[in-house]
Amino acid sequence: MNDGLKKEQILGIIEKKNGEKEQILSILMEIQKESGKNYVDKEWARIVADELGIPLTKVYDVLTFYAMFSTEPRGKYVIEVCNSAPCHVVNGSAVVQMFEEELGIKMGETTADGLFTLQYVPCFGACDIGPAVKIGEKVYGNLTKEKVTELLNSYREVSTCQK
Amino acid sequence: MNDAVNINKNITVTIDGIQTIVPEGTTILEAAKKLGIKIPTLCHHSDLKPGATCRVCSVEVKGQRRLKTSCNTPVADGDEITTNSKAVREARKTIIELILADHPQDCLKCVRNGNCELQKLAYEYQIREVPFERTVKDLPIEDSNPSIVRDMNKCIKCGRCVEVCQEVQQVAAINTSFRSGEFKISTAFNESLADSPCVYCGQCITVCPVGAITEKDDTDRVWEALDNPDIHVVVQTAPAVRVAIGEEFDMQAGSIGTGKMVAALKRLGFDKVFDTNFTADLTILEEGNELLQRITEGGVLPMMTSCSPGWINYIEKFYPELLPHVSSCKSPQQMFGAVAKTYYAEKAGISPDKIFVVSIMPCTAKKYECTRPEMRSSGYQDVDVVLTTRELARMIKQAGLDMGALHDEEYDDPLGTSTGAAVIFGATGGVMEAALRTVYEVVTGQKLENVDLKMVRGLKGIKEAEVDLAGTKVKIAIASSLKNAKEILEKIKAGECDYHFIEIMACPGGCLSGGGQPFGTTNAIREKRLEGLYNIDSSLKLRKSHENPAVNKLYEEFLEKPLGHKSHELLHTHYVGRKY
Amino acid sequence: MSKVMPLISANCGKIRPDSVEEYINVGGFEGLKKALKMEPTQIIDEIKNAKLLGRGGAAYPVGSKWQQLYNIEESPKYIVCNADEGEPGTFKDKLLLEKDPLRIIEGMIIAGYVFNSQDGYIYIRGEYEAIQKGFQSAIDNAVENGYLGNNILGTDYCYNLHIMTGAGAYVCGENSALLNSIEGKAGRPRVKPPHLAEVGLFGMPTLVNNVESFANISTIISIGAEKYLSYGTPESGGTKLVCLSGQVVNPGVYEVPFGVTLRDIIYDSELGGGIKDGKNLKFFHLGGQSGPCGSLSQLDTTYCYKALRANGLNVGSGAVVVMDESVCVIDYLKYVTEFFIHESCGKCTPCREGNKQLYAILDKFTKGEATSGDYILLKRISDVMAKASFCGLGQAAATAFNTCLKNFRSEFDAHLRGKCPAGVCFTKQERGE
Repeated sequence: MNDGLKKEQILGIIEKKNGEKEQILSILMEIQKESGKNYVDKEWARIVADELGIPLTKVYDVLTFYAMFSTEPRGKYVIEVCNSAPCHVVNGSAVVQMFEEELGIKMGETTADGLFTLQYVPCFGACDIGPAVKIGEKVYGNLTKEKVTELLNSYREVSTCQK
Repeated sequence: MNDAVNINKNITVTIDGIQTIVPEGTTILEAAKKLGIKIPTLCHHSDLKPGATCRVCSVEVKGQRRLKTSCNTPVADGDEITTNSKAVREARKTIIELILADHPQDCLKCVRNGNCELQKLAYEYQIREVPFERTVKDLPIEDSNPSIVRDMNKCIKCGRCVEVCQEVQQVAAINTSFRSGEFKISTAFNESLADSPCVYCGQCITVCPVGAITEKDDTDRVWEALDNPDIHVVVQTAPAVRVAIGEEFDMQAGSIGTGKMVAALKRLGFDKVFDTNFTADLTILEEGNELLQRITEGGVLPMMTSCSPGWINYIEKFYPELLPHVSSCKSPQQMFGAVAKTYYAEKAGISPDKIFVVSIMPCTAKKYECTRPEMRSSGYQDVDVVLTTRELARMIKQAGLDMGALHDEEYDDPLGTSTGAAVIFGATGGVMEAALRTVYEVVTGQKLENVDLKMVRGLKGIKEAEVDLAGTKVKIAIASSLKNAKEILEKIKAGECDYHFIEIMACPGGCLSGGGQPFGTTNAIREKRLEGLYNIDSSLKLRKSHENPAVNKLYEEFLEKPLGHKSHELLHTHYVGRKY
Repeated sequence: MSKVMPLISANCGKIRPDSVEEYINVGGFEGLKKALKMEPTQIIDEIKNAKLLGRGGAAYPVGSKWQQLYNIEESPKYIVCNADEGEPGTFKDKLLLEKDPLRIIEGMIIAGYVFNSQDGYIYIRGEYEAIQKGFQSAIDNAVENGYLGNNILGTDYCYNLHIMTGAGAYVCGENSALLNSIEGKAGRPRVKPPHLAEVGLFGMPTLVNNVESFANISTIISIGAEKYLSYGTPESGGTKLVCLSGQVVNPGVYEVPFGVTLRDIIYDSELGGGIKDGKNLKFFHLGGQSGPCGSLSQLDTTYCYKALRANGLNVGSGAVVVMDESVCVIDYLKYVTEFFIHESCGKCTPCREGNKQLYAILDKFTKGEATSGDYILLKRISDVMAKASFCGLGQAAATAFNTCLKNFRSEFDAHLRGKCPAGVCFTKQERGE
């Protein structure tokens, strides 16, 4: 079994959703969140398939079809930068640069400490406060250089406190 | 439901200016076909649910802003449909070009060259250049198993293989995954087929319109053996091959090509041309006796047949707990290999290490079967190479043989003699019928006058019957396709099954539509091949396996008796659950 | 007269979103109480008379949709609310989901009552995860107060609502894809026929409406169709939530009556407030990325379904993305097309391959590598996408391109000559890189 999640934890998540097939998206979202690395491992997917009584290929189709899932480990915090046109026209690409510089990684990469992954996502409905990014459930808008630095520091601090 | 389709209701439509009346529910494609108008298709397959994804069959319907796909759109009363307007032609051409932009276009090097639905379409639409950017990726070719090769660079994402694997067979080894430009047909987490639930039935190959999924070509290995003067190369031909091989040479589906095929094999240089039908008869004697033994001695019932290697792979992977129900008999192909490298070797005075056994099979799972470690009863790999019907056709073409002009020839002795009971192994229900013909006479001691047991025939997915053997009622069932097999297995698991004997074939319709048969298998063609097999059966004098003189001689000279010690050593096997 | 008309957004920001008590205090559940005393057919007639057009983007008459489902005898019937708001530039459903969930719930209960449904589903996009929690709290409170669950308001009627989450797929806004997603499958659209009213969720007859459509239901029932219709134009009843974004002074969601003009929306001080930083308007993109782009000459078009359509424009989702003169039309279209490349489900050829090729050619324009022959290819691609794609996504994916080519042909031509009027493209060459 992979180091991130124990079988019992996955069974617990499935149980919470009454083992219903149609809850697969919500089950996989929860697994991904609990993994600490924002992904769903093949072995966990296999447990989901067995418990829900569906073929693994169907779980894989779901995992690869929906953009919010990853089958590869990512950072603890995934910084999702909107690259849809409304954010683009209000200088979205400058924000990308700010994050890349501040984190020392390129778009799509994960920091060496495993804390942050930087990735593009399509519009998440924060166009009125663009350019915007989303980290977990939280949305941050009207980003400037100062705000980006502040934002990343706050996540770094939370992470240090948790240790 | 108020909008339910009423097939008794007729609908008047006009297609390309011609008016016609069709039943409600008829698709535009079908209605046009009736009028002699062939609308091009690519993702459509007559046996499968329409996916309507390639969009090549788009036509104009008056009053509609957009084109309609004719494969899935039912005609509506008063429709005026145009299948060949400028707009339609341009759209189709653009679609074909868009597909080609994402395709390797290496037709000359493709196994489907000359037999590819995309190539045919590109020819019909006279595609001379593809003006779009090449977007084809360099994906690795998967060929790490003995049966199936997948080259997803060639895949056009029609989805037919997925429909077959997920719905018809319910094996679910492959599925759609990802989206947009990354959209592909894959196993889960891109694992190899060997690690997946795949059972190598090859039904995905038979529906693939292009060269994306093919059998693993082993013709070179056979040429090499034939070229080696030190090796004695024998060949066996499965029952279903003889009614399909002709299709590769422009003969009608279902035409009986036995004699010409034997002649061709001899011309190719095989030292002996034998028949799997011989060991099909042998199988009946072993399996029939095993059934009787199970019934009389309280063995595990229902007993299930074991001829179909796709089916064996399936039960080993999906229902290992039910393996005791499977007959311990090897498949006829493997019985043949074991007999050829022992009995025949002895008789012919040739050392078994100098004998090379080739099988011509309608099947891709057979390629895997012959590599199983337990299939070495002779001390050597009993069957060396399995070729599909398609590969044999390729060899015949390479050798420049004109099949049509060849004169019929006969199989060689002693492993070339067979009865009508053996040839019907190629059809769903055939093993059952053959077994019943023998079991009836063994149990009752009476002669079975009417050997045509029609209740077990036909392409229906699950058939059931009850047979009266002099007072003993034997309940039987026959299933073809793994979805239907699953239905029966679930019944057994639930304890709702009072059958004694069940015949299961992995492929829908049985071996006649196996994964190694000529491309273009449809239900209509299945019917023709089926008819061919029963015609052979009824034309023969001997139609019961226990009447096969060569088989009886084999027992006398070598095996002694069914289920005897030697039989167990050579003709029976064991199964293991296999995790995937 | 004020150009803003808070009708369905009136409660937003004024009440605690999940509080049944506060919702009732501002007139909440009046529509439901009235509806429970009406015959289902009367309710449908009221919606028909209100001329409510579907607010998700397709503008299909809601009353007709309800009538079609009502005519089907098979049961159970399911009610589904499409809260998979994913059109870039659109965030109006988010406002309602976040600030006034009980209004949506009320609309869904009325629908449930009309079709005697036992279960309703609201499919909320995965990106609105935080909102899902607030919505669940609103459902729980509604159950606790007898508005959901068994014997609603003392009647025999029982009805439960379930939240289902998306996981990042714009195409699930297409109703059949959405139902597949609720069933736990990849959200690729279904082959039609059969239509969803007949064979919908779990194979049963199903109603699918957008969040804003459901939000209108209780208002229509409580104030009556006649009054409701008076807020709009004769053929477009009521109000519309518009989402302003891009280079506009006051981005945000505004509720306007049908009948204001595009100029009002972009320039009125109560609304957009004009272009940021004193720049000039160049173009605007309506109804989401799948919608048309309009130019200055279309600014005085009345914002209603009929007038916009007559001018080659569209209400769509209600998005209004505003671009000033610093934006290059072709560079903008590349972002639009990139979005569709990301979001195409991939099953049909025109959409899967077409978007890729469209992008490749636009890219050539921005790099100064395009030739006049590329116009022919662009037309062939956009035609086949619009006419032959499997679903609305592919059919509409080239709409922005088509309208831009029509309105800004000179800008395309300039790129052919190696010039980008906005100074966005070719910067690398200019810098000598």
